[in-house]
Amino acid sequence: MARINLDHIRHAYSPAARAAGDYALKEVHHEWADGGAYALLGPSGCGKTTLLNIISGLINPSDGKILFDGVDVTNLSTQARNIAQVFQFPVVYDTMSVYDNLAFPLRNRHVPEDQVHRRVTEILEMTDLAAMAKKTAQGLTADQKQKISLGRGLVRADVNAILFDEPLTVIDPHMKWVLRSQLKRLHRQSGFTMVYVTHDQTEALTFADKVVVMYDGQIVQIGTPAELFEKPSHTFVGYFIGSPGMNVLPAAVNGATATVGDQSIALPGAPKLSGQSRIELGIRPEFVSLGREGMPISISKVEDIGRQKIIRTRFCDHPMSIVVAEDTDIPSDPKVTFAPQAIGIYADSWRVGMEAK
Amino acid sequence: MNKTWNNKAWFMVIPVLVLVAFSAVIPLMTVVNYSVQDTFGNNEFFWAGTDWFTEILSSDRFWNALARNLIFSMIILAIEVPLGIFIALNMPKKGLGVPVCLVLMALPLLIPWNVVGTIWLVFGRVDIGLLGYTLSALGIEYNFTQNPIDAWITVIVMDVWHWTSLVVLLCYAGLVSIPDAYYQAAKIDGASRWSVFRFIQLPKMKRVLLIAVLLRFMDSFMIYTEPFVVTGGGPGNSTTFLSIDLVKMAVGQFDLGPAAAMSIIYFLIILALSWIFYTVMTVSDAQGE
Repeated sequence: MARINLDHIRHAYSPAARAAGDYALKEVHHEWADGGAYALLGPSGCGKTTLLNIISGLINPSDGKILFDGVDVTNLSTQARNIAQVFQFPVVYDTMSVYDNLAFPLRNRHVPEDQVHRRVTEILEMTDLAAMAKKTAQGLTADQKQKISLGRGLVRADVNAILFDEPLTVIDPHMKWVLRSQLKRLHRQSGFTMVYVTHDQTEALTFADKVVVMYDGQIVQIGTPAELFEKPSHTFVGYFIGSPGMNVLPAAVNGATATVGDQSIALPGAPKLSGQSRIELGIRPEFVSLGREGMPISISKVEDIGRQKIIRTRFCDHPMSIVVAEDTDIPSDPKVTFAPQAIGIYADSWRVGMEAK
Repeated sequence: MNKTWNNKAWFMVIPVLVLVAFSAVIPLMTVVNYSVQDTFGNNEFFWAGTDWFTEILSSDRFWNALARNLIFSMIILAIEVPLGIFIALNMPKKGLGVPVCLVLMALPLLIPWNVVGTIWLVFGRVDIGLLGYTLSALGIEYNFTQNPIDAWITVIVMDVWHWTSLVVLLCYAGLVSIPDAYYQAAKIDGASRWSVFRFIQLPKMKRVLLIAVLLRFMDSFMIYTEPFVVTGGGPGNSTTFLSIDLVKMAVGQFDLGPAAAMSIIYFLIILALSWIFYTVMTVSDAQGE
């Protein structure tokens, strides 16, 4: 268990990298609190796995330092860092039994056999593998194998942190749910620092206290699930979190009024702009209300997703989605209003603060 | 159970049957035919029954050649398999070194067998050969045409030079198919270098290694060309392996009957040993599943 500091970490896979675009991981400067449960969320190729491998020591960063509880571990090997990591695809030692697979990380560290037995038995029960403890790992199914990998990550009682790299990709949906709640429970009991990489927002939001959203090699926002939803600090976060994502409309701002196309929209305050070129207005589909008053839209499609309807519309020639309750009537001459507090103004994709009126 | 009879299927099978008949079955039957008869030429044959088999099986010459051949196969397996694994483990996995190493490794395999023999024949000569000359210049007495030990060492080293590459290439193919995640997981689990070999690399190489051992065993048990070129089976009979002995008997002495009987015994031995090898090496696989 440890506090982990990433001190101006950058990484490029080619040693000749100079321009910012050459870096798989642009500057990351961040502290992971001791005992925190973090989710690292982002699309494929955004640098999540690179960041994880830097923490575990499988990759040495091109620049920057990593500190565990204030001690520089940048040049320490993976073994010396005492980290557990679970990979996306199952890694099992084919020739060993399930029991021996789970005992392997402990035996390598010369843990006394009675403790090994106690820990392995616990993990076998948690992962529901007790019945096949004596079987060779070779003949098992993919999700059983992944449970073994997961178990090997959890079996050590003294690790500094446990890192998960999309561990539930190959597990079937029902088991996913069970394992995720078990991980969550384990986190509460043990107080390990846990970092969970995923591209699935549901997984991230249910697992973590804090979600770290990454995009194009950098961290764009760190926050609780509610913060990410209500105040996305980057248009990417708005688009990536939520289903459907936030509506982002090109806009012009004049004082406390935004103009989209020929429509003027009152803002809760005047955005603090400093001459940025690209201004956008962001509003989540949940905060757009449909009725007979307000700004005109044209409806192109209505998708019924059970308890809600998603209405795909065009607003001033820009696509916009609206989420309404299932029983809402759709007027023949539809108009919309925006909830003022839910509007965000983005300059060059980053959210800007507003001065109160 | 209902069987569907479809005689058109024969058209698919016949070409293969004809090919196998001419390349294997008919020659083998000819050998069987010779092995139970005696002939003095003029196409006159006399029934000999199992006489030739009894004669071969009770002759010291056969048992000595068989013993030499078994010892030879065991020695080269004991050298080539570990050496091949060792080289494969140390070959680069990426970069410019990969094609360079692969080409270097493949070179000995591309050389015709009798050329390999000739190369080593010249290489080992004390008067002009690099190896023979260097050894004698260092004061080591080396003469593979006179000394049986030197002859054996030469034949074994030649075979190791020629065929270790095969084991290397097969093992290398097995090694590069291991995903990086395995090595990363092993690091996380704190596995030692030996554990990585024992629990990751060896299990993944097992199948190709089985093929390598089988191929090397069968080839070395049938070895003919290289020792024939280098030592001619000598000095004395010290490097006369089964196939060399067989050719001496059939072509040199024109004893077709005993030679045919010996061929059949030889064939059955290879068949039986290969089967034993295969069974022993796959039995652990079956237990795992």
